[in-house]
Amino acid sequence: MSSYHSIVLVKQVPDTANVTGSAMKEDGTINRAALPTIFNPEDLHALEAALEVKERFGGTVTVVTMGLPKAADVLRDCLYRGADRAILITDRRAAGADTLATSYVLSQAVKTIGDFDFVFCGRQAIDGDTAQTGPQTAEKLGIPQIAYLTEIIDVKDGKATLRRSLGNGWETVSTTLPALVTVVEEANEPRPKAAIKVMRNKHKRVPSEVADPSTLAPEDRLEQWSLDDISADLDRCGLAGSPTKVYRIESIVLKKEGFVEVPATEEGVRNLVAELVKDRALG
Amino acid sequence: MNRKNPEGEVWIFAEQEDGKLQDVVLELCGRARELADKLGVKVGAVLPGRGVADLSKTLFSYGVDKVYVVDDPNLARFTTSPYAHVLQTLIEKYAPQIVLYGATHIGRDLAPRVASATRSGMTADCTDLQIDDVELLDSKTKTKVQYKNLLQQIRPAFGGNIVATIVNPEQWPQMATVREGVFPKGEADETRVGEIVEEKVAIDASLLAVEALERFVEEKKVDLKGARVVVAGGAGVGSKENFKLIFDLANALGGAVGASRAAVDGGFVDSHDYQIGQTGTTVRPALYVACGISGAIQHRAGMQDSAKIIAINTDPDAPIFSVAHYGIVGDLNQVIPAMIKAVKERVVD
Repeated sequence: MSSYHSIVLVKQVPDTANVTGSAMKEDGTINRAALPTIFNPEDLHALEAALEVKERFGGTVTVVTMGLPKAADVLRDCLYRGADRAILITDRRAAGADTLATSYVLSQAVKTIGDFDFVFCGRQAIDGDTAQTGPQTAEKLGIPQIAYLTEIIDVKDGKATLRRSLGNGWETVSTTLPALVTVVEEANEPRPKAAIKVMRNKHKRVPSEVADPSTLAPEDRLEQWSLDDISADLDRCGLAGSPTKVYRIESIVLKKEGFVEVPATEEGVRNLVAELVKDRALG
Repeated sequence: MNRKNPEGEVWIFAEQEDGKLQDVVLELCGRARELADKLGVKVGAVLPGRGVADLSKTLFSYGVDKVYVVDDPNLARFTTSPYAHVLQTLIEKYAPQIVLYGATHIGRDLAPRVASATRSGMTADCTDLQIDDVELLDSKTKTKVQYKNLLQQIRPAFGGNIVATIVNPEQWPQMATVREGVFPKGEADETRVGEIVEEKVAIDASLLAVEALERFVEEKKVDLKGARVVVAGGAGVGSKENFKLIFDLANALGGAVGASRAAVDGGFVDSHDYQIGQTGTTVRPALYVACGISGAIQHRAGMQDSAKIIAINTDPDAPIFSVAHYGIVGDLNQVIPAMIKAVKERVVD
């Protein structure tokens, strides 16, 4: 069997699908701290795609995330599902990054890891839905990108045959390797965590997660890199490296007024329909 | 990095497939025209493809002044690297100040790669674009800096009732993607003329690493934008089986079916084409019936300009009522059948 090295870019995100009342501040904005965090859903499919390459064609899987020390949660999750190596990029100087600065840091991390055939990432993260970071990372690595992967057809002789979604259909493409692939939900069914791998990895921590890193046994240590470890140009990281700036945030205050309340009865609905017909909204 | 060029044009990526321009391109023409008029510059469109120069006439008729045609056999079908290289080369040559893309499958694949190659800022899925002067605090010097005529890129942000205005003060061009339907398509004026600029861009073999082998495309199943009546269902509908109610009401009203993102993600409908909202389609029908939709800002962005809005929801505090003209606080499982019955009775009358 040949050996393909896949690097998977994953992200820990606030669970925007479960924004409840308690997460809303009085001014109508979101209290991010009150939101639970989850593994970005499409990134789980990216991890599964990398594990599929490993199982069908041979190889290894390295996962990388950028975030606060608590983002090591998603790294452990990857190890539970079968990743071989996990690296956290955490650095205060990387905070406030837009997608351009984020993709710069991720591309530097991938270059530092080196010697790879695939970079997999989810199409987009649910906290912004921009779908920009994948393509921007591919451009910085100078490799082709294949967006919206739905099926890995074959990998051999340094080339991959892949199927991707076109929204209104699909396309099969052949690409040279290395290549960056963004993955959508239809691509696969992420495997569950394996109990034995949970046992083996659940004590692992990045140094920043423990009060005294010197107490961390070498076998329990997860890799943690700073911007210096990936030779990053600080002018291209964080807020300083982000061309887009948030100029204004407006909270929309909702007013429940100005609408006609229609009783939820047959008669109420019948009168409404009659009014709509009269107003030519219907018919 | 590119030079910042306040005299630069406002550009559109003229996305075409099989020789047909995407609707969203024509929608962007109108807004690009307004932005360019405010700035006193021209509207340019970049049209890569094979044998597509004729599409220039359509672009002119919707308000474009100049079409940069790049005709090359390697551009006959979209692949990311060659298209990105064309955009990058022309941006570096002409230094437009703004570049707009439709937030289509192709636009969302292409635009970020171009932004990375030109090291410019970009904002996805804008729901509005305006030109205005902006004052920003410089994070390094802590002083206020005035910028004239920046592109304000407006979009709902993170999870709730927040609208963010994003600007890109230095690293131009200012780039944004916009979903289909956000801007209404203007009237074509066949008498408008413009200038065709034929460009040659060398496409190196290294850009052809991805080869398209086989393709299957089907006609769009859902036509939301053209519908006079839209009946949309959300999480409150509960299941795919129960979503039949939405189809039934749409049938009775002679309308099209839409869905909130929650309903699409929940698998209640079998295609993303049904999705209404910031990351779906924007609609402006004569009548919009929102059933079991709470009305997050991302959804409201895609339907609030409807002429008449009826909201049906069990939760009297659901935000959807803030944009509704008629509100029914009640169970859609009772209200919808009652409505179908009422409509059928009218037909019999």
